[in-house]
Amino acid sequence: MSVAPAEVDLPRSADEVTPDKPWLTIVWNDPVNLMSYVTYVFEHVFGYPKPKAEKLMLDVHHKGKAVVASGTREAMERNVEVLHGYGLWATVRQDT
Amino acid sequence: MEMFRPRKGGGASVWLSAGEATLLRTLVVPVMELLNDPARPATAPAPSESDDLFDDLEKMFNETTATAPEAPADPVLARLLPDAYQDDPESAGEFRKYTESSLREAKKYFAQTLLETLPPEGGRVKLNADQARDWLRALNDVRLMFGVRLEVTEDFEEQLATLDPKDPRVAAFEVYGWLGAVQESLVRAIAQLSSGGRPPVPPGCPPRTGLIAKTAIVSGPSEADQGRWAIY
Repeated sequence: MSVAPAEVDLPRSADEVTPDKPWLTIVWNDPVNLMSYVTYVFEHVFGYPKPKAEKLMLDVHHKGKAVVASGTREAMERNVEVLHGYGLWATVRQDT
Repeated sequence: MEMFRPRKGGGASVWLSAGEATLLRTLVVPVMELLNDPARPATAPAPSESDDLFDDLEKMFNETTATAPEAPADPVLARLLPDAYQDDPESAGEFRKYTESSLREAKKYFAQTLLETLPPEGGRVKLNADQARDWLRALNDVRLMFGVRLEVTEDFEEQLATLDPKDPRVAAFEVYGWLGAVQESLVRAIAQLSSGGRPPVPPGCPPRTGLIAKTAIVSGPSEADQGRWAIY
């Protein structure tokens, strides 16, 4: 005589339920950095065309911050390190 | 001050009076001193004399298990070497542990480039593309130092206007404004060059509008960073 198999709750770790969201490089507004300089840094560091660099700069300026790049955590940390070298106030976080 | 002019190859040049050269030197030195904070040695420990692999491994191990450092207590230093993570002290500390000393070294290197290319008695400064970028970053660090110490806002001209003319900060605000004009002109000279031969923007842009002025120069994507501080 057989019995129907009991339903088994597979154990789930927190990692398994967290979706694999990308990581972000965020630049924060700062009263010191010149707008022309921030635009130059976005063009030079990320290779963005001038209009995109300028739009991001204005987003930082008007909204207080902007996501300037996304990708792996390692790549975003490297961005932040480079941006700190330029004196921009940049941080890393995972997308929510 | 004369404005920076673009040079072939991505560099820039400017003529500085003896007074301007002295002023720049005087302003860059304290930034270097700050970055040299003896309480937080920037340089890695000297390589061990011994050939013992196990000694070296033990040192590496001890290094990586050391407590992650917190942000510097000095507000200027904290701005020059900011946390890479907000609201996550553990990740911020880990990041700092592996990057702070190289960031300090890089910033000192930028400042050193400025000091070395500055003619002591004033005169023409000719920068190649790497040196020009070092100057940009060194000038920015000096401006950040002023910005933090003076607690400047985006309307720093208004701040200046409300100060009593006898207030000792007036001179510092004026120097801060001058530094902004110098940096703005250097950005324009460099950005202009990467625009691929567009007609130059007339010099004589109002120096005090640096903070809100947007350059009208259009440029294409610039070449990737090259040189000794490749990552920066």
